[in-house]
Amino acid sequence: MDVLLSALAILARWDVAAALAVGSVGGVVIGAIPGVGPAVAIAILLPATFALDPIVGLTALLGIYGSSMYGGAIPAILINTPGTAVNALTTYEGTPMTKRGEARRALSLAYSASFFGGVFSVVCLILLAPVLAWIAPMFGSREIFLAALLGVVLVVFAHRGQVMAAGMLACLGIWLNTVGLEPVQYSKRYTFDQSWLAGGFDLIVVVLGLFALSQAFVLLVEPDKRSKAEAVKGGLFAGFKELAVCRRVAAVSSSFGVMMGMIPGVGEFTAQFLSYTYAQRTSRKPDEFGNGSPEGLVASEAANNAVPAAAMIPLLALGIPGEALTAMMLSVFYVHSVVPGPQLFQNQMDFVVALYIALLILNVLVLVFLLHATNSLLKVIEIPTRFLGVAILTLSFVGVYSLRNSAVDCAVAAGFGIFGFILKRLGLPIVPIILGMVLGGIMEAKLRTSMMRVDTPLDFISRPVAFVLFLIILAVFASHFWGLWRGRRQTSKVQDG
Amino acid sequence: MQRRAASEGLPGAAAFAAAFLLFSLFLLSQLTAETRFSAGGKLFAQPRFWPAIGVAGMSLFGIFHLWNAWKTRQGSGLAEAAVWLRALEYFAWFMAYVAAVPVAGYLLSTILFTVLLAFRQGYVAVRQLAAAAALGAVIVLVFKTALAVKIPGGALYDWLPSGLRSFMILNF
Repeated sequence: MDVLLSALAILARWDVAAALAVGSVGGVVIGAIPGVGPAVAIAILLPATFALDPIVGLTALLGIYGSSMYGGAIPAILINTPGTAVNALTTYEGTPMTKRGEARRALSLAYSASFFGGVFSVVCLILLAPVLAWIAPMFGSREIFLAALLGVVLVVFAHRGQVMAAGMLACLGIWLNTVGLEPVQYSKRYTFDQSWLAGGFDLIVVVLGLFALSQAFVLLVEPDKRSKAEAVKGGLFAGFKELAVCRRVAAVSSSFGVMMGMIPGVGEFTAQFLSYTYAQRTSRKPDEFGNGSPEGLVASEAANNAVPAAAMIPLLALGIPGEALTAMMLSVFYVHSVVPGPQLFQNQMDFVVALYIALLILNVLVLVFLLHATNSLLKVIEIPTRFLGVAILTLSFVGVYSLRNSAVDCAVAAGFGIFGFILKRLGLPIVPIILGMVLGGIMEAKLRTSMMRVDTPLDFISRPVAFVLFLIILAVFASHFWGLWRGRRQTSKVQDG
Repeated sequence: MQRRAASEGLPGAAAFAAAFLLFSLFLLSQLTAETRFSAGGKLFAQPRFWPAIGVAGMSLFGIFHLWNAWKTRQGSGLAEAAVWLRALEYFAWFMAYVAAVPVAGYLLSTILFTVLLAFRQGYVAVRQLAAAAALGAVIVLVFKTALAVKIPGGALYDWLPSGLRSFMILNF
């Protein structure tokens, strides 16, 4: 009870309330604009939040993260263009519903499913908090090293069909993290005697380049696109009644969202894929999927909105970000000397609970905003894409330059922007680079610490949690190679047949 | 998911994979020159250990990625490479903006940048250019005036009267 009261006291400030409001509404608006997305917005805003209290900065960024997917459903349903990448499955069901004159029903259902997923995951977080507080202290250096290694392995294997590309980009991230002065012996690594490389590559500069500047280049180079969405007539409350009919799908999809969000390196896409597949397989009307199925829409939206809160679990409990957005948030913690991990749960539980409550309030705020302002939001969908490119390029400057007022940082960020642009053109993943950078740093520090207390390699997995993590890593490898073997066998059978 | 699997067959994928592998092999060749190995120290604590993991992984995965991309290559990739080069124009725009801010100040540089870049993008109507100027002004007002992010005043501000100069440095 004391923790709860203390958490409420942390939140009962005008600046936190303002950050919640701005973050949640801003996130919806950003999500509703195809071609921007939360990663770009968070990357740009990140340095601006460094001057704020951790709870204020994190609340604003969480607001954007948690609410962007609500907004992303609007263009996905109305103009067949997902606002954020994770709303792609929503287009399969939302657009056919709009075509047959059911746009209001689709939007209403998407909002209610998103709200259900968001609240479900926060409730899970709150219920899991005592368990996390119990488990987190069991994570010493070797366990955190193994969890980070698991994150790298998962982020590589999660890119099915692109495992080699994801692997080489994750290793690029690991290498990028090592450039500059080595932190223990202070020897130079890959600086090529260049003073600008001595400090290494700043994570924020790389993030801004790969996410924001690259997106600006994509929008500026590609042909201009203008979309027009028809206004929605009538109220949007009816979706809650229909959601009650699809409650099983909503609950299972949200559970998938929570589980996949908690596992580093997996995230929304896998959660959505599993939820959608489950909903289709167990539906009484599987033929409707892809042609405007309400169950498919619920599965997609409930799953992706359950992920943000769950993704905070590895970040807060272990200090391990599971994907790019939480990796960016990690830098907010570090700037304020708040070290996420087992100590946070033991010493600053009120801070953790305050974040959970902020997430809960955020979902309510977003829902209220969307129920009343959807038609006003349609205006932002109409912004031409090249104009968005101009805006993102201008905003990226603030993000990079305000860090250290360094033109070199800007050139490095723009260089990574070109690299990210090429990756995006080729459909190659960017997230493994960021996770490689962040998790590579964690692995280096934790392996060094833990190996000092280890005599034989077997000692490394002698503790229960370390042993379990080691078995999970082996299982992930086995599952991947088993999948490859099965795929090859099926292909050869088809060729023989 | 299908889009991901299909990406290796896109034009330019093989050229990119080859360039990435060459870069990785170059880094690998520089491993001993650019990192240190302390005699007597544990392998895992060596400054060379993690860079070696990184560049070795880049090279190994890079070989397999190039192999996959080569098998599914489409065309020479020259047209795609030309698109990559077009992005360099905006790299130059961005760096010109970076150079202009310490001279002309954040407000003037930003408004000029948004208007000129919008014009370059084909937005030539007065209303569109006014929208671009408004965008620049709003960005400055939000970030510099309201959020007080660290962006120094321009050299041009030195020509202003002292009271106005301080106001401009503080807010714009």
